[in-house]
Amino acid sequence: MLRRRIGYKLTAAVAATALVTISVFAYVNVRSHGRSLLAEVERHANQLSETVKSGTEYDMLGNHRERIHESIKRMRNQSSIERIRVMNKSGAVIYSSDAAEIGKMVDKKAESCYMCHSAGAPIERLNTKERTRVFRLQPDGPRTLGIINPIYNAPSCWTAACHAHPRSQVVLGVLDVTLPLAEADKNIRLAQMEVVVFALSAILALSLIVAYLVRIWVDLPVAELVTATRRVAGGDLRYTIEERRQDELGMLARSFNNMTGKLSEARLQLFQSDKLASLGRLAAGVAHEINNPLTGVLTYSSFLLKRTKDQPELQEDLKVIVRETIRSREIVKSLLDFARQSVPKKSEADINEIVSRAASVVESQLALNHVAISRNLDANIPKAAVDANQLQQVFINLFVNASDAIGPKGGTITVSSAALSLSPVGITQIKKAQCPKRHSLIDGEVRIDGKPSVRLKARSEGNEGFIYLNPMYAMGAHHHGIPVDDQKAIELFCPECSVSLIQPSRECPQCGAAVYAFESPPKGLVEGCSRKGCDWQRWEEVDATGAREFIELRVHDDGCGIAKEQLPKIFEPFYSTKGQKGTGLGLSVIWGIVDNHNGTISVESEPGAGTTFVLRFPVKA
Amino acid sequence: MKSQRDILVIDDEPVITRAVSRICAEEGLSVDAADSGEAALDMLGVRSYRLILCDIMMTDPDGFGFLKEATLRRHKTPIVMATGYATLENAVRSLTEGAADFIAKPFTADELLAVVRRTLRGRQLQNEAAAGGRRDSLAFVPCPPKYFRLGNVSWVKEEREGTALIGLNDLFLKTIEGVSGFELSPVKDETAQGAVCATVTSAAGDRHAVACPVGGRIVEVNAAAKADPTAVEKDPYFEGWLYRVVPTDLQTDLKRLISCSSDRL
Repeated sequence: MLRRRIGYKLTAAVAATALVTISVFAYVNVRSHGRSLLAEVERHANQLSETVKSGTEYDMLGNHRERIHESIKRMRNQSSIERIRVMNKSGAVIYSSDAAEIGKMVDKKAESCYMCHSAGAPIERLNTKERTRVFRLQPDGPRTLGIINPIYNAPSCWTAACHAHPRSQVVLGVLDVTLPLAEADKNIRLAQMEVVVFALSAILALSLIVAYLVRIWVDLPVAELVTATRRVAGGDLRYTIEERRQDELGMLARSFNNMTGKLSEARLQLFQSDKLASLGRLAAGVAHEINNPLTGVLTYSSFLLKRTKDQPELQEDLKVIVRETIRSREIVKSLLDFARQSVPKKSEADINEIVSRAASVVESQLALNHVAISRNLDANIPKAAVDANQLQQVFINLFVNASDAIGPKGGTITVSSAALSLSPVGITQIKKAQCPKRHSLIDGEVRIDGKPSVRLKARSEGNEGFIYLNPMYAMGAHHHGIPVDDQKAIELFCPECSVSLIQPSRECPQCGAAVYAFESPPKGLVEGCSRKGCDWQRWEEVDATGAREFIELRVHDDGCGIAKEQLPKIFEPFYSTKGQKGTGLGLSVIWGIVDNHNGTISVESEPGAGTTFVLRFPVKA
Repeated sequence: MKSQRDILVIDDEPVITRAVSRICAEEGLSVDAADSGEAALDMLGVRSYRLILCDIMMTDPDGFGFLKEATLRRHKTPIVMATGYATLENAVRSLTEGAADFIAKPFTADELLAVVRRTLRGRQLQNEAAAGGRRDSLAFVPCPPKYFRLGNVSWVKEEREGTALIGLNDLFLKTIEGVSGFELSPVKDETAQGAVCATVTSAAGDRHAVACPVGGRIVEVNAAAKADPTAVEKDPYFEGWLYRVVPTDLQTDLKRLISCSSDRL
């Protein structure tokens, strides 16, 4: 695993490169350093040997052998000199700092001689470099540098008193000085060590720095991405990566979040429509299965009702059976109505009465669980056009749910009604939208907060795609299917016929950008700002109606409440927290019914403190 | 000569056939029951009936299979289809395939008797019209050309503005023998094809459900008809219309209706 990681590979590659370059550099450096140190020693040896030669010259001419011996011995006492000796032409040691050597012959093959004598006839002139040699006195001893200095014949030699040398002789002998190299070698080793230590620490530091940078720039964000993909693959589509980086991986994270966002929306819609489809099948199945027994009950009971016209005591009870069976029939119908998104049968009705009737249906059952229904109904609320049966069903369901939330310990359900007027902004839904050529712009596929959106074709800087407008009037939260810069102009068209929806002579009163418009029959023109981020919309006919009258109903229980993360799901079909007890149909059916009444339902809840469902129905649809 | 009974009821649920039998018997009608379309076809060979009440949701053959078979055998008996609310489309379809009327299950005794009475009366009127020739063809006025009808109950006529008028067939009005009142849906109500959009109370007190020929939103209710039910009886196809609607999908709905123009061929 480790070997496959980018960080490891990158670090290893950097370390290897550093190793090669620094090694070559170090090698070259150490060699040149060694060479210059040696050259320094050579120069020093040469100077020394010249000094010895000139220091003894006078005594040589005078042939003061004892004084020469003494001079050489004293010079040798300097620590930097190993040995000084003088050999004559035939190889005999005449003077030496080592007295034992005097008189001995030196083999011409010895280090001090072969420079000149290796090529048969002796060479008479040598440069400094050729006069030096590096050798070890003992095989495992320290290195030693030797320098020979030929003593050439000079007029003073053959004219000297001793007449020891004939004029024809070129080289009279050789001065051989050897110096120990231990000090220089130590310096070279030290330098080598330093370079190696530097090289190793440089490589180490470089690797560590690269590893660290790779870790924070690559490893961590990649690990985050991997975690995110795993979480998403595991089904958690709400998981997002923190978008704090500006580099390519940051871009990847952003587009990843964007993708999961889209995916989650798509899945939700798929899920929803899938659920609705299975709900439809279930409803059709239930309707068929229940219809036959219900037909039996209804035919027999209504038949009995006809036959017992002369028995008033039976009539009352039979009427209840017939009435309730007809209600069951309506429930089956409404279930199907919901499944096909059909519309309710509305008539002017007093919602207070419907609520009371629903309460009295379930009251005795709830009393068993010590749950009481407290009515707080405003007698002055206006009548509204609603389907009384469906609404009764809504309240029965809400009461039963509330009672379940309260549990066996008992509690109170409070139902209250009130009239209120609300401004049209945010509560009016754009249900129809068409382009000037009468193509519908409503898109049931892409929903915003569960409502079909208004789909427009958008073009901005060469990008072409769709924009989905929130159908709730002036609520913003539109959905851009393509990336749009909120500073750039955008063109909007009908997706069907590509006729432009931009109003040429108008501009947004809030930000001055171009304004789009479409028809929402029969309620006139809806205008809005085309700039992303500006939520301005105007719907004159709706604005003109001013505030609308609503009847608000609140069903409050002091039960266990609903956890925050469950709140968005509770209106989904088949979402149930009751396990085996519930089918999960209740609230989604309620939502469907309320929606079909052009009403809204929302929920406020605090775990442990209770739940309030708020329903609003328009007085005039 | 086959022996004659009033009604043949076909349903695979015995409780329903029994209930229907008892309700009709109470009204003095004789009833035979069959638990399948096949049994019913056998019985049709032995006896003749004035009316057949047939469930759509049966197995082998289903209501449509039976309807088709009965039509092929040229049985003159009017067939009323019984169908669950789930299958309104089926109800509409059965009317185009030769059924005389339909009733949505579950139904009450009164609803059943209402549809039985009006179908029997309707058949009687049609027989009279056929037997009597020209003079008696005035027994009921057929719907005018360019109108479309849902069975013999309601009609729809497309208007130029994209709206459509909905009204009651003369045959339906004649069969219920006198209108004493209407219960009409209010303006802005939405209605679906085959769904009940009005209830007509007959002079005798029977309540007859009127199935809507097209789906749409009601934009106008004929005030004159609401105020005076006899106005509808007098001129059911013109002044006596009931609703003006904005249809949801008129062309699709029309395909499932019977064209009054073709009635005249």
